[in-house]
Amino acid sequence: MKKPECCDKSAKWVEGSIETEAGRIDLVTTSLITADRWGRFKSRVSRFRMKYNVDPGLYAVGNPDDSSPILVSANYKLSFDILRSSIAGLSAYILVLDTKGINVWCAAGKGTFGTEELIRLIKETGLIKLVRHRKIILPQLGAPGIRAHVVQKETGFRVYYGPVYAKDIPDYLKNGYKATEDMRTVHFNFKDRLILTPMEITQVWKSLLIYIAIIFVLFGLQPQGIIFKEAVHGGFHFFLLGLLAIFTGSFLTPLFLPAIPFRAFSLKGFLVGIVTTFIYFYFLRVYTDVFLTIIIFLFFPVVSSFLALEFTGATAYTNISGVKKEVKIAIPFYIVITAISFILFVIYKLNQWGFV
Amino acid sequence: MKYLKNVVTLELDLAKCTGCGRCMEVCPREVLFLKDRKASIADRDLCIECGACANNCEYGAITVDAGVGCADAIITSMITGGEPVCECSGSSDS
Repeated sequence: MKKPECCDKSAKWVEGSIETEAGRIDLVTTSLITADRWGRFKSRVSRFRMKYNVDPGLYAVGNPDDSSPILVSANYKLSFDILRSSIAGLSAYILVLDTKGINVWCAAGKGTFGTEELIRLIKETGLIKLVRHRKIILPQLGAPGIRAHVVQKETGFRVYYGPVYAKDIPDYLKNGYKATEDMRTVHFNFKDRLILTPMEITQVWKSLLIYIAIIFVLFGLQPQGIIFKEAVHGGFHFFLLGLLAIFTGSFLTPLFLPAIPFRAFSLKGFLVGIVTTFIYFYFLRVYTDVFLTIIIFLFFPVVSSFLALEFTGATAYTNISGVKKEVKIAIPFYIVITAISFILFVIYKLNQWGFV
Repeated sequence: MKYLKNVVTLELDLAKCTGCGRCMEVCPREVLFLKDRKASIADRDLCIECGACANNCEYGAITVDAGVGCADAIITSMITGGEPVCECSGSSDS
């Protein structure tokens, strides 16, 4: 693997280098600094994660020799940080695959954390000269992208699937490369879901701005032009109900997922959407118009339903066959409801203008 | 937590299975286990169709229509006509 002459100055996690049979290898620290934590935060809430990479190749931790374990990771900085901070006090090598800056699980699904890339890096880094043993440890969640028997045939290295979570690696190594059932199982608890929700919410801002523009124009539209006072007066609650629908579909529903009835995400989101819309409507009793009332109870639960359906991709227990089934039924339903809402709104406007 | 009932495409060909146990090693949902020296499916509805077992089965005993259960990817592929590709908006970091 070709490395730049000297270390990247911004890579503060490189603390030196070691000379080995396979050439010079960067030595990395296992402690995270403020910059690492700030990067993690930005990755959680924005598209910053799309360019949060480390260079693929071989790294060392501690004081490894030719019998030290080899851990394989993705070149998403967050994955790399979690791995190196989980093995503090150990001596090991880290082989970073080029997954285009994407985490192990997603990259395995795409195939970038894959058999060919692993074989390529094992050969390119001269792993065979580096260690006497022929074992490499892969994160278990990388397994969908890897054909272990092919790797062994091509490189001589036997693939050991380690734990799902990097924090279990020290125990896994002590255990003699054996993962317990618990180490092999993906968890998806309240905290895991809480961490994922900011991303869901920050993704809808653009759509929200378009929505705001549309409702203010629609409400403001009068026979004599767009009246600002009408727009604000009429559209205000639609704006708040829109925010509530986003909060419901992208935050409440994901957070309380197991407690909400139904298995389908779209139904869960729809149900909670009806409840939150009803609470808003009941306590603020905002519109007396029958058309607007019907629209509120049709459209906003549908928004929540759609956003809840979008959360399927972030979870650890959905499958493609199920999501396809949901999408096939839900999307036509959303389109029909949105069309009906629009027609009802037109009727409401004509009524307001005294045309009907 | 379980997703929809009776949608999973996971299939096991016991005639090809040698009982090596690799599939249960890679399954993140404890769907597969060894019974009488052969692989066996515990609860099909738990399967997330990640494809790890099928990919790592040397003997081709497992088939599954693997993919990511991501609505965003599926909707995009319906519009563009391509294969569903997950944009990995917020998934795990391990």
